[in-house]
Amino acid sequence: MSKGIVCCIYLVLLWVPSCVLRTVAAETIYITLEKDNALAVVDPDLGALVATIPIGQRPRGIALSHDQSQLYVATSDDHVIQIIDVKTLAPVGVLPSGDDPETFALHTAAEILFVSNEDDSLVSVVDVNKQQVIHGIGVGVEPEGIAVSPDGQWVVSASETTNMIHWIDAENYNVVDNTLVDPRPRGVAFTADSQYLWVTSELAGTVAILDVKTRQIIKTITLAVPGLNADRNQPVGVLIDPETQWAYVAMGPANRVAVINAKTFVVEDYLLVGERVWNLSFSPDYSRLYCTNGVSNDMSIIDLTRHKVVKSIKVGHFPWGLVVKP
Amino acid sequence: MNLSKPQGVKFLSKWWFGLSVMLWFVPLTVFCADTVAVEIVYISQKQTLKPALSNLDSIPKDEGLQGALLAIKDNNTTGKFTGHQFKLLEKQWPASSVSDADIHTFIANKSLLVVALDDNALARIKPLAAAQSTLIMDVVSRADHFRQQGCGDHLFHIAPSRAMRADALAQYLLKKRWVKWFLVQGPTNEDKLFSQALKRAAKRFGSTLVAQKTWLHDYDARRTAQEEVSVFTQGVDYDVLVVADEQGLFGEYLSYRTWKPRPVVGTQGLVPTAWHKTHEQWGAVQIQNRFKAQAGRRMTEKDYAAYLAIRSYGEAIIRVGSNEPEKIKAYLLSDQFALQGYKGKPLSFRSWNGQLRQPVLLAAPRAMVATAPIQGFLHPISELDTLGYDQREVDCNE
Repeated sequence: MSKGIVCCIYLVLLWVPSCVLRTVAAETIYITLEKDNALAVVDPDLGALVATIPIGQRPRGIALSHDQSQLYVATSDDHVIQIIDVKTLAPVGVLPSGDDPETFALHTAAEILFVSNEDDSLVSVVDVNKQQVIHGIGVGVEPEGIAVSPDGQWVVSASETTNMIHWIDAENYNVVDNTLVDPRPRGVAFTADSQYLWVTSELAGTVAILDVKTRQIIKTITLAVPGLNADRNQPVGVLIDPETQWAYVAMGPANRVAVINAKTFVVEDYLLVGERVWNLSFSPDYSRLYCTNGVSNDMSIIDLTRHKVVKSIKVGHFPWGLVVKP
Repeated sequence: MNLSKPQGVKFLSKWWFGLSVMLWFVPLTVFCADTVAVEIVYISQKQTLKPALSNLDSIPKDEGLQGALLAIKDNNTTGKFTGHQFKLLEKQWPASSVSDADIHTFIANKSLLVVALDDNALARIKPLAAAQSTLIMDVVSRADHFRQQGCGDHLFHIAPSRAMRADALAQYLLKKRWVKWFLVQGPTNEDKLFSQALKRAAKRFGSTLVAQKTWLHDYDARRTAQEEVSVFTQGVDYDVLVVADEQGLFGEYLSYRTWKPRPVVGTQGLVPTAWHKTHEQWGAVQIQNRFKAQAGRRMTEKDYAAYLAIRSYGEAIIRVGSNEPEKIKAYLLSDQFALQGYKGKPLSFRSWNGQLRQPVLLAAPRAMVATAPIQGFLHPISELDTLGYDQREVDCNE
């Protein structure tokens, strides 16, 4: 009899969290599929792919407009940024972006995009309303990671081959300073208070934390998954939670997401996800982290209350970027 | 819904003019009071053309040089932020007999060389450069003896050695369980050296040479290859035909003409190479595009090596903030050095012989097949060191 009770309790315990998950989240994830020339739409509550929309050649960077009514998607081989209506998932416009747009960042206040043009060592400034490139900023070779500080003061661009962070004044678009970082910087993310910038260096397997005031590196964290050769540790995407309690780093071919205590800079865990984990996004309530796994063609859901990977969902070929709409 | 490519291009050209006009007003950088000039000497050698099998693939005259120029451009894009101005000085190796005195004047006071020279010329320049603390980046030689014994103290090798290439191939063949090899080698000295590397690789990775033959060119194979190859490969039970024909004099005749239906690998068919036109993973498509825009042709292995050589100098000089050869050398051989080579792993130099550690691509004429080291071939330090001569196998005195 006691066995039966334990079993019942166990089943209830199993069922409760999934039930809670179902009621808490009501969000949609949009994922660019680089090799399918398509956009995947995922319902994380159902844990399923709900639609795949053809979108243009080699879609990569993706962002949501400030009013959350439109998606911006860089279709690199078309050399433009597509505007997609979120409700109908139909294209409603096209933005010029300069050559081969890969990643881009939306200004925190204005409807302005800062686009990395890898082939031209350029950051293009795109005014969405005017549908124009309003400025071009010369940066290092192969700019990729790009971010706008939450206070709207800085745009930072990481150039992969020059190995620099370029500090661009978000008002006048001048390059004000440059910080040399470890080889092949990829992902950049500001803390919510705009005080610190986190930078991943793919080839060095490190994460650098820069003080925005001095624009100098204050700490370098070396990622090392036990039992894995050092050259597999290739950090790409990085995110820090709003309280600057935890930072998460997608580690590419190490197939893991590093969980870093953002106060002590100690790596607390490496969570096994899919192959070649690339980009990260929080759920709107910050209870979950979503990541795209480029080579295994899926995405993973990480429960941030327990730091556990709870599900992986097949989405299509080479999932690249993702954005979450509440 | 899909935006077609021509539309995209039209869009681009429309905006491009405006964008380039605006660029004139963009300050490139806000500092760089003093610019440090860095001169790198690129020494090439007139190639004696081999009797080619076909005239389909022309040999570009600027092979290697275009890679060097792209690297100079990339170094200068970085240099504009760090205050470095890189310049390439081209020199041609004298055609015939050259004296030591000639070489001395040739390298006089130049501390950074990139050399695209044959093994004889490399052997000549090596001791003289070392005597002046001049650094040499060799971008052509595949010779194992430069890596295994008598390595130069100031000599770096960018191209994978024959041993690295053979090991890459052997790993893949083992993975496929194609372990019975029929080795066909040409009559030249280079073919002999590559076939030695292949034998070493077969032994290392547990494959067996079930037959070995030399193709002698003692008949007009152009007319009779169809018959000759069948007979030549008859009567042997093997998995794969492994060919050592570096000049490409007969290897292309072998595919589809063997007695048994067997794949051809080695210098023809599936080839181990540092770079290939079909390689596009790990950001490679970006450098392929940039190169093509600059040179008007595809990047070759030699261009790639020259690119990496000059990027290595650039990285080291910017990181150590000095032009001194000894400091550059120390940085290049240190653990800090990690170069982007568009092959998924950071490239670095083996401290014991100056060889660039790198993945080796295994490519068919129009497709990438695999990248070595193949998953599962392990090494305590770096899986890249499963290719070529490892530290314990090398007699170079540091």
